[in-house]
Amino acid sequence: MNSIRLRSLPHLLLALFLTFAGAQQAAAQQTGAADVKKEGVVPGATDGATAATAAAPDAGGSGGNGGGGADAAAISAGDALFKNNCAQCHAVNEVVVGPALAGITKRRTVSWLIPWIKNSSKVVASGDEYAVAIYNKYNKQQMPSFALSDQEITSILAWVNAEEGKATATSGGPTVGNAATADGQADGGGAEAGAGKYVDILLIVLVVVLIVLVVTLVIIGNLMKDVLRGRKDLDGRDVEILEQRFDWGKMYRSPLLRGIVGAVFAIVLVYAGVQSVMAVGLTQGYQPTQPIAFSHKLHAGEHQINCAYCHTSVYKSKSANIPSANICMNCHSQIKTESPEIKKIYRAIERKQPIQWVRIHNLPDLAYFNHSQHTQVAGLQCQTCHGPIQNMEVVYQYSALTMGWCINCHREMPVNAKDNKYYDNLVKLHDTKNAGAPFTVSSNGGTECSKCHY
Amino acid sequence: MKYWKGIEELESAPEFMQSAFAEFMPVKESHASKDATAAPRRDFLKLMGFGVAAATLASCEAPVRKAIPYLNKPEEIDPAISNFYASTYFTGADYNAVLVKTREGRPIKLEGNPESPITNGGLSARAQAAVLSLYDGGRLQNFAIKSGNGYEKAEVAAFDRAVRSKLAATTGRIAIVSPTIISPTTKRAIAEFAARYPNTTHVMYDAQSASALLQANGGTVPGYDFSRANIVVSLDADFLGTWISPVEYGRQYAMTRKVNRDKRTMSRHYQFETAMTLSGCNADIRVPVKPSEMGQVALALYNAVTGAGGASAYKNDKLTQAARDLTANRGASLVISGSNDPAVQALVTAMNAALGSVGTTINPNAPSYVRQGDDARMAALVNDMNNGSVGAVIFYNANPVFNHPLGAKVKSGIAKVPLTISMNDRLDETGALCQYAAPDSHWLESWNDYEPKRGFLSLAQPVITPLFSTRQGQESLLRWAGNNTTYYQYLRATWRALTPNDAAWDKVVHDGVATGTALAAAPATTAALSPAAAIDQIGRAPKTAANAVELALYEKVGLGAAGCEANNPFLQELPDPVSKATWGNYVAVPRKMAVDNEWEQGDVIQVTANGYTVELPVLIQPGQANGTVGIALGYGRTQSGKAGDQVGANAAPLAMAASNGLMYRNVVTLKKTDATSPIAQTQTHHTIMDRKPVVQENTLAQYIKNPKEVTEYEKVATPDGLEKPNKVSLWQDYQYNNHHWGMMIDLNSCIGCGSCVIGCQTENNTAVVGKQEVINRREMHWMRIDRYYSSDHHKDEFETVGKVGTYAAMEDPSDNPQVIFQPMMCQQCNHAPCETVCPVLATTHSSEGLNQMTYNRCIGTRYCANNCPYKVRRFNWFSYYSNEKFETVNGHMFTDLGRMVLNPDVTVRARGVMEKCSFCIQRIQLGKLEAKKQKRRPMDGEIVSACAQSCPTEAIVFGDMRDPNSRISQLMRREDGERAFHALESINVQPNVTYLTKIRNAESEFFAKENA
Repeated sequence: MNSIRLRSLPHLLLALFLTFAGAQQAAAQQTGAADVKKEGVVPGATDGATAATAAAPDAGGSGGNGGGGADAAAISAGDALFKNNCAQCHAVNEVVVGPALAGITKRRTVSWLIPWIKNSSKVVASGDEYAVAIYNKYNKQQMPSFALSDQEITSILAWVNAEEGKATATSGGPTVGNAATADGQADGGGAEAGAGKYVDILLIVLVVVLIVLVVTLVIIGNLMKDVLRGRKDLDGRDVEILEQRFDWGKMYRSPLLRGIVGAVFAIVLVYAGVQSVMAVGLTQGYQPTQPIAFSHKLHAGEHQINCAYCHTSVYKSKSANIPSANICMNCHSQIKTESPEIKKIYRAIERKQPIQWVRIHNLPDLAYFNHSQHTQVAGLQCQTCHGPIQNMEVVYQYSALTMGWCINCHREMPVNAKDNKYYDNLVKLHDTKNAGAPFTVSSNGGTECSKCHY
Repeated sequence: MKYWKGIEELESAPEFMQSAFAEFMPVKESHASKDATAAPRRDFLKLMGFGVAAATLASCEAPVRKAIPYLNKPEEIDPAISNFYASTYFTGADYNAVLVKTREGRPIKLEGNPESPITNGGLSARAQAAVLSLYDGGRLQNFAIKSGNGYEKAEVAAFDRAVRSKLAATTGRIAIVSPTIISPTTKRAIAEFAARYPNTTHVMYDAQSASALLQANGGTVPGYDFSRANIVVSLDADFLGTWISPVEYGRQYAMTRKVNRDKRTMSRHYQFETAMTLSGCNADIRVPVKPSEMGQVALALYNAVTGAGGASAYKNDKLTQAARDLTANRGASLVISGSNDPAVQALVTAMNAALGSVGTTINPNAPSYVRQGDDARMAALVNDMNNGSVGAVIFYNANPVFNHPLGAKVKSGIAKVPLTISMNDRLDETGALCQYAAPDSHWLESWNDYEPKRGFLSLAQPVITPLFSTRQGQESLLRWAGNNTTYYQYLRATWRALTPNDAAWDKVVHDGVATGTALAAAPATTAALSPAAAIDQIGRAPKTAANAVELALYEKVGLGAAGCEANNPFLQELPDPVSKATWGNYVAVPRKMAVDNEWEQGDVIQVTANGYTVELPVLIQPGQANGTVGIALGYGRTQSGKAGDQVGANAAPLAMAASNGLMYRNVVTLKKTDATSPIAQTQTHHTIMDRKPVVQENTLAQYIKNPKEVTEYEKVATPDGLEKPNKVSLWQDYQYNNHHWGMMIDLNSCIGCGSCVIGCQTENNTAVVGKQEVINRREMHWMRIDRYYSSDHHKDEFETVGKVGTYAAMEDPSDNPQVIFQPMMCQQCNHAPCETVCPVLATTHSSEGLNQMTYNRCIGTRYCANNCPYKVRRFNWFSYYSNEKFETVNGHMFTDLGRMVLNPDVTVRARGVMEKCSFCIQRIQLGKLEAKKQKRRPMDGEIVSACAQSCPTEAIVFGDMRDPNSRISQLMRREDGERAFHALESINVQPNVTYLTKIRNAESEFFAKENA
């Protein structure tokens, strides 16, 4: 008897462990999902950049740029410009391809930096001592020329300075692999994660204690029984109690129990059946192995390359566009040229055979989906549907992509009607009729069949 | 550029398509239900069991789909964004300036080029269908040299060497045979070839020859301007359907026939013709005449107009009336003739001169070049080929063995020519007889220039790399002439004077059209006849016996006389505008002849002339002149490809090869056979009888009197007396906040040409179903053009004949009926009967007034189609894209090559679902999205349905009725209570399609009065 119980014990433990592990993972995913909207690549960044550049001449004219006195608008414009132009090769506190930029305005003057950024090879060719030295130091890799205006360059430098300040302010420094570290929210997130960890440990300890208790009690019970059996002064009644056994047969024959068990079984079966039928064709979480181990975490997360840099038509077309090899070559003709994964791209180009990526998001042909409607018009972030793409080493299908999922969002999401003349009159008409109710996509006909099916 | 690298192609990747279909087990559809052994119950159960299992398995494991980006993405291509390139459609018949819509580098649709002063954004049905011909698998895919009975694939370099040495060794004449060429640079290339081989002659012939017209007008087609003609008299010229340049003429003609309350004038059109043509249907006054009478008709008209000339045997009140109208409208009248009789054409030219048309309705500075064929030279060449004096012949997109009346002699001649080369796009009837085949690229793969009219130029640019190992014909000629420049460079050299710099050239390439002239007119080889000589010739013409049966050969709007588009199933299934017949030609006979001979429709008869016999079914055609029969040219191909072979019979050899040219008429003998062959018509015999609620017409006189009384508005009986139908309704009215899409169709402008039908088909991936399914009334066109004939009987006969008898008689169309066309598609009812009966809500109403059809929700009960008063819903009885029964007719949906033509924005519908006109919802959605992206409201005219865009006469106006400034809103306000009506108004389904009453200008007094 004991042996049986003891053998089943590891199984019990394993099951308990798995349950907790699952719960923990779910909790982790939830925190991840909550973070999505805050962190990572901001689709509107380019818009901000153009707006801010328009305002930049004023900032430049008033003379107050450089260190701490930099205009906030210039800094935010610099943020977008940096991500679009520089982040492929530079970071503030880290050597990526090119040198770390922290303290750059202290090392060189702005008047030196502007021609350097505009056309570095010219500066090198002019024989500038510092330029030649840095050129040689970084394996004679040419920094490409950038057609940026002076204002744009100064706002980039302003942003670098501001970032540099932040970086020194946070004591721990950025943890590699967490894209959110740059903006101070990371600390909060970290704290939450820490608390979660303690709770988990506490739970595990409790479970272990419980198991030990149960085992101990069972052992004590058995010991007591053995002691009682050894005693001769027991009367028949006592023996009966001692030797009492649960009448399994009776229970087995009980119609009530049979009924309950049967009903529960049927409900579970039906539920599981419905669930599995509903899941037919559902590929949420689909994470195929790609022919090249491209990491969105590295590119979109750590290097903060704007999504539209590679997915060129995401703001203007139905299709977001899987980048062609020539886009990879913009950087990888210089960067990490020895990597076996990058060599696959070279091979594809040499053999003139395009890379066959495995498609992850497969809408059925009968559904029409247009990226630009959602990105450019509605102003949604990529992560709303694609999940924390900036944290994905290998991309998986984050959303269910079912019709219910689409419709739910269309029912809840208000139309992004701000500053869009298309909607002006519609908003007015809607507000006069349903004061207070939000002007959702569906109230504008966004759940009608032929919006997506034709 | 590699066109298959686009992402969109993935959506129809073969592995995916296959697994998608695995859900349905192939059931042999062809088994008749009476065949009890074919599908016994056990087989059914087995199939079902396996089907369920397969479906489960198939759905459990999603297929792995690939996303293949470009290796090096072209800058101008963004996946899923259409690019438009200007180009030109001209395959020897009608000229159309086009815009080619490409997706991921593959052409999927043609639109009219609005920049063109000739076609003005309109497009013919043939041009609309032409994009499908690009992906025709029946094209020859490589250079080939004949060996034995077959062909061997040849390397281009070796081929060129062989041809060059053979040409150099040729002693006799070298002939290049082609249809009309209007490309200045192509002619230059031919001239260069001729300079290298000095014995070369270039012979052009037209499948529907206009030799006599050219002869009478100094080698060119006069620059007709119908927009300035108050009176048009056409002697057998189908200028709205097939004659010379129908898109251009149709548009000009329609401009004179648009009326509104401020412009209550319109042109009058007389048509004297044998077969019932599109122009005859549109004529205000139509007179059927026998082909042999045409000379006398021309003479009578000439006499009446000029007051000169001799006596004519032809007398007709309507002709007198026509002559009176012509003379009363001197300087604003036009006489045209489609006859190939030089005498008739000489008289017509003389009449136009006498009427002062030159300089007004005929622009002497802009003659047309689109017909240049010379019958005499072609006949001489055929003789020379047969007598052995021709050393080499090159067929350049010419198929005379099939489409020339002397085809048999061409065939025997080819056998006697030592060197024969074909540059036809396929091994057709002529090409398959030649030793060398150097297939020409499709025009969508080629550079070229065109000068359709003097002073008007246009360009064609390649929009896709050649799909096969073909080469542009011009380049082949240049190579053989020893010139190694590319045709593009050659073209640029021609254009150097017109476009001195790259910017000017780029602008022409961008616009597609330019002004300037580069083409020298071909000089007329035969001098024009003087009117006196013509009169003399007509007088001496041999008389045709009165009881002889005369044949008139005519050209179909869809296929054309050359038959070069025969393998294009879109055109084969385009219903003839008049007879509504698809898939094949037939013998059109007048009712009297059918009754006299006891022929039923579909009885096969033999038609014999020139010792050649064709067997074709009979079709009773109202309007066909008594004592005549009509047969269409261009059918009966034997080597065109899967879809086009053995469809109908070739009637070209029945034409008369007279001493002065080809005549598309003859005296024939008819003999009934025992066979019958059903004719696939989409509409049979409907008359206008009892059609008042559907289609309305009235006279110009009535319109002038009171525009408010030309349309009858039905009222319904209510307890409060007669009311407008919309006073009583079961349904609640919709409120449209955003858009309210509507369409207005002016029946006065619609000439019935069918351009919209094919435009709709290419835009919306509508399947071609083939002859048998059309006979089963299962054609899939979302849009049809209903044609109604008038009847000779009236309700006055109730007294004498009785109601039943009169109604029965009214079903029969008149022998020379008036015809009305009505484009009919989903009327997008606001109170749609279909929506109410759908058990699964697959058809619903949108907040923009559209009646939406959701394919993926449809379970195929067909209740909606039964409840549709307009019969515009189409049911997918089969998987037209995978059922082997449809592979010959709908082949383009079966191959990767053909599928490239499909519009990726429109679903290909599966078996068992209903479909119908969506008002081109994909275009509406795209237009709205573009407006939203630019943060503005859509502009009027930005969103147009495919049919409206294609219409050469602007009969269809599409737009947002919520926008008070849109064209449709303005028209609605103007025409409300005047010409605007809804079909079947009394049933109060409140369609979003509005028609405008047709106005006929049948009274003779009007123009005389106006000009008095």
